[in-house]
Parts: sequence; C-alpha cells; structure tokens
Amino acid sequence: MTHPARLILDDYRRLFRDGIWDNNVVMGQMLALCPLLAVTGTATNGLGMGLATTFVMVAAALLISMFRGIITPEVRIPVFILLIAALVTLVDLVMNAYLYEMHKALGLFIPLIVTNCAILGRAESFASRQPVHRAVMDGLAMGVGFTLILVVLGAVREIPGSGTLFADARLLLGDGFAWMELTLIPDYRGFLLMILPPGAFLALGFILAGKRVLDTRLAARAASMKVAEA
Amino acid sequence: MTTTTPVSGPHTHAPGGVTSQMGWVILALLPATAFGVYLFGWPALNLLLITVLAAIAFEVMSLRIAQRPVTPFLMDGSALLTGLLLALTLPPWAPWWIAVLGAGFAIVVGKHVFGGLGQNLFNPAMLARVALLVSFPLEMTTWVTPQPMFAEGSPGFIEGLAITFGLAAIPDAMTGATVLGETQTGFSRDLGLSETLPGVYDPMQQALGFIPASMGEGSALLLLAGGLLLMVRRIISWEIPVSMLGTLAALATIFMLIDPERFAGPGLHLISGGAMLAAFFIATDPVTSPSTMRGRLIFGVGCGLLIYVIRTWGGYPEGIAFAIILMNGLAPLIDHYLRPRTYGRTRGGKPLEPKAPAQTAPVTEKRP
Repeated sequence: MTHPARLILDDYRRLFRDGIWDNNVVMGQMLALCPLLAVTGTATNGLGMGLATTFVMVAAALLISMFRGIITPEVRIPVFILLIAALVTLVDLVMNAYLYEMHKALGLFIPLIVTNCAILGRAESFASRQPVHRAVMDGLAMGVGFTLILVVLGAVREIPGSGTLFADARLLLGDGFAWMELTLIPDYRGFLLMILPPGAFLALGFILAGKRVLDTRLAARAASMKVAEA
Repeated sequence: MTTTTPVSGPHTHAPGGVTSQMGWVILALLPATAFGVYLFGWPALNLLLITVLAAIAFEVMSLRIAQRPVTPFLMDGSALLTGLLLALTLPPWAPWWIAVLGAGFAIVVGKHVFGGLGQNLFNPAMLARVALLVSFPLEMTTWVTPQPMFAEGSPGFIEGLAITFGLAAIPDAMTGATVLGETQTGFSRDLGLSETLPGVYDPMQQALGFIPASMGEGSALLLLAGGLLLMVRRIISWEIPVSMLGTLAALATIFMLIDPERFAGPGLHLISGGAMLAAFFIATDPVTSPSTMRGRLIFGVGCGLLIYVIRTWGGYPEGIAFAIILMNGLAPLIDHYLRPRTYGRTRGGKPLEPKAPAQTAPVTEKRP
C-alpha cells in the first residue's frame, strides 16, 4: 500500500506540472496576456510582475479556499474580486514603499493585477472547490508558471532589443543581485522593434509555436515508445 | 457502346500563372533597378545581391521547416521579387545586416508565418521595411547623393565592399537629405517652401532620379514606364495606381491652393519618395489588395489619402510603407463589404425570384 504522504507529493507534482507546462496560464490557457505583453520589455520587469502576481495568487487561493464554505454562489464573484483587490492594494503599497523604482517601471500594471483573469479564473475554477493545501499549491504552481513565461519573454525581447539581460535587477532584488545585470552585447544600439509592443506579439507567437512543436514531438515519441513496449 | 475516348470540355487555357506574373513584374522593374545600381555604384549592387540571396535562402529554410516541396515553390519567383522590392526601398548604401534582417523578416514573419504565398495579410517587403525603419532609424535614413558607378570620386569595387560590410563609414560629404525630408525639417523650423525647396528640388533631376533616395525610388520615369508595361500586359489593373496617384495629386493640389508656402504641389508629391514604385509595384500585389474593381478603387484612394496625411502631418517624412500596410489590413474588410452579387442571386444571397408575369391582365376577370 502506498504511503499517504507519497500520494500527496504525487498530487502536488501533478499540480506543478500543470501550472508550469501543460496548463500554463499563458501557454496553455492564453490568459493574462495584457500584463504579459505590456511589461516584458526587460526580464527584470517580467520577474517583478511575476513575483507580485504569484503572491496575489497564493494569498487569494488561501483566503478563498478558507472561506469557500460561507461564500454563497450568488455573491461569489464580487467577494472574490474584493479579496483579490485588497491583496493587490497591499502589494501596490508595499512595492511603492520598498521598491519605488520598480513600482514606477511597472506603473499601472500593478493595480491592474486585480483584473488579471488568471487569478479570478483559478479562484473560480480551483480554489473555491478545493481544500486549502491543494488550493495554495495550485496558486503557487500557476504563479511560478506565469513568472517563468514572463521572465522568458522578457529575456527573449531584452537580449536582441537592448543587448542586456536582467538590467536594473538591483532595483528589484537589492544591491546583492547586481551580478545578475549582464551586458551581453557591448556598444549595442538596439533592435528597437523587440522592445516595442509588436516585438512582444512576435516573440510570444514564436514561443507558443515552439511549445506546440515540442509537445507534438514529445507526444510522437511517447506513442512510439508505447508501440515498442507492446 | 462508344469507342471515342472522352475529352475534356472546351475550356480555354490562358498562359501564365504565378511564375509568369512574377517574371513580368521583375522584368518591368529591371530598368529602374539597373539605373539605381548605376547611380549608387558598387555598394548598391552588393546590397541588392545580398537582399535577394538572403530572401531566397530564408524561403528555402521556411519551406524545409514547413515540409513543403522546395523547388516548385522557389521557382515561382515570389521570394526573388520580395527580395528585389525590399532592396529597392532600402537606402542604397545600407550595411549588409540590414539587408539580411529585412529579408528574413519579410519572408519568415511577413509570409511563411501566415502560411506562405497567397496567405499573407501584409505585403512582405513593406512589412520588413517598416520593421527596419522603426528599429534602425539611423541606418534607414542615411541617404547618399548619387555616386554613379565608374565616375570619379565614387567608391570602387573594394571600397564598395567595405561600405556594405561596415568596415568603412560613409563620408558625410556624400550624404544628403531627400526632398520630403527637407520639406519636413523646413516646416519644423518655420521656413516656407520658397526658402526650403531651392537647392534641393529640381523637377527634372527629381523625375530622372539624380537625387539622394533609396535604390529604386529614384527614377520616377523608369518606374512609370515599367508600370505601364505591366498595365498593358494586364498583369496589374489600372484601378489602384490611378486612384492612388490621383488622390495624392488631388489632395496636394487642394492644399497647395490653400497655402503654397506650407504645402508642396502635386508634382513634388508624385515624383518624389516611393510614390511611383508603390503605386505600380507594391500596392498592386494581388495577394494583399482587394479583388473587386470597386474595392481596388477604394484601396487606392485610401493609400493616397494616408500617404498625403503621413507625409504632411506625420512624424516621418515618407509614409508610403505605413499607408500600404494599413490598407493591406483593411483589404479583407473591403472585400467583405463589396462582395459582388452572385449570378442568379440577390445581394443578400437569396435566389432570384423568376419575374412575375407582366400585370397587363386585370386581376379579377369579370364574367361577361
């Protein structure tokens, strides 16, 4: 008989697999595209946005799952929005106080986390129907998956766009992380298109296409393995 | 039982197809291309060859990735034409990587991402030009004054290679502003046209092409001749060039009459910049323009209007690429609303009722 702890770990692993790859907020569900396209001019901005969203996702999942017994279905959407809005206000004020430069760079998109459909979507479809521990794990997995795609898209745009990687990382993470700020191409005058909005659409399109190609290959390989086993 | 073998219906078969169309367009472009190469010397020839070869290389690569047969699609000449058109709109002494990046953007993003020839929403060459102009404003607006091949002072073969491959800088003495650029800077400095134009604008030189310009937009007359050849051969129809140039000229005339110091006349607008090249060779791309006659007229008017607006009030001195891309985006919409009536059906798509017999007879017959 399998140990119960083993079962829970397996369950968490599946949740993370979903959040990071199979059902990724962006690559699987195509949600939260507005902040994704708007703030990924640099990998650092992507990371900041991702961390803020992850915090809101985990906290919202925790609260909503805890209160899921007393929220009636008729008022659930306003209640979810109120909870999420309160959390976002918290993040907004904290970032304004301690990460002022980063807050300025992300600008309006921090308050707009409230309208991020990925958060409300997970609250509605997962957190409001699941026990607290699973809801929190799912929020974390989705948040990490979102952060990853934000950072990848930010890097894909930043490297050709301005020849740097994680520029201004110390504004987000403190002076200890100055080593992250890489200048990959010195004396580079920039491929402006990648920094502008069209670059975000182009890069996202190629990333989505790349995921599909990879998934098709993996499925084909899995199928041929099965045939070989049989 | 019949003994005769069945033959197909008596359908006539017109010669042509994609390859022959592309061939004619390339042929019609050749005089202007040759003149551009002569006028701007070895660096221009290098740029032309690099752009065309890069376009073909990217086409082969894209076809391989899409797992389509390479030879038949490559031999239709569309990649060659895209490369040629792109090269003609580049500053002739641009560095090699501009050509390669532009060709890659045109073929991969402009064409194959949409599904290949015939599926693209935007003209690939114009899309690449806009991407380059937005990304590299300095390289894309460094115009040289004509340095004819073999003329004294113009770069030789080796110097030409050095310029194309970025080993030698373009001497400042050889650069100049285009007429459209000059009128715009003049306007921003509150100078009237009578102060700006003398010295930079000579209608004869402008029409013949002895001016700082991109490789293919120099000689308005050679482009016009090529365009007329295409019209005579019925490769392109008359609607787009006529309505586009007509709108541009009409707007320029109206505003010139309002304030001749502020607005340049129709002559300058028609023979400067890429107006001729765009009207005959780029806006008429059958893939990205509407397919009905009325649709093409609207398309041309829209292009002319946008070109005039961008040139006169916009931030860029030349707006042809932007205008054509915007109208390309509208072409499916134009086609949707101007769908011709299907034979035997009403505009709404319902079958036509057979005509009721003429009501000459009285409705109720009275018995005698």
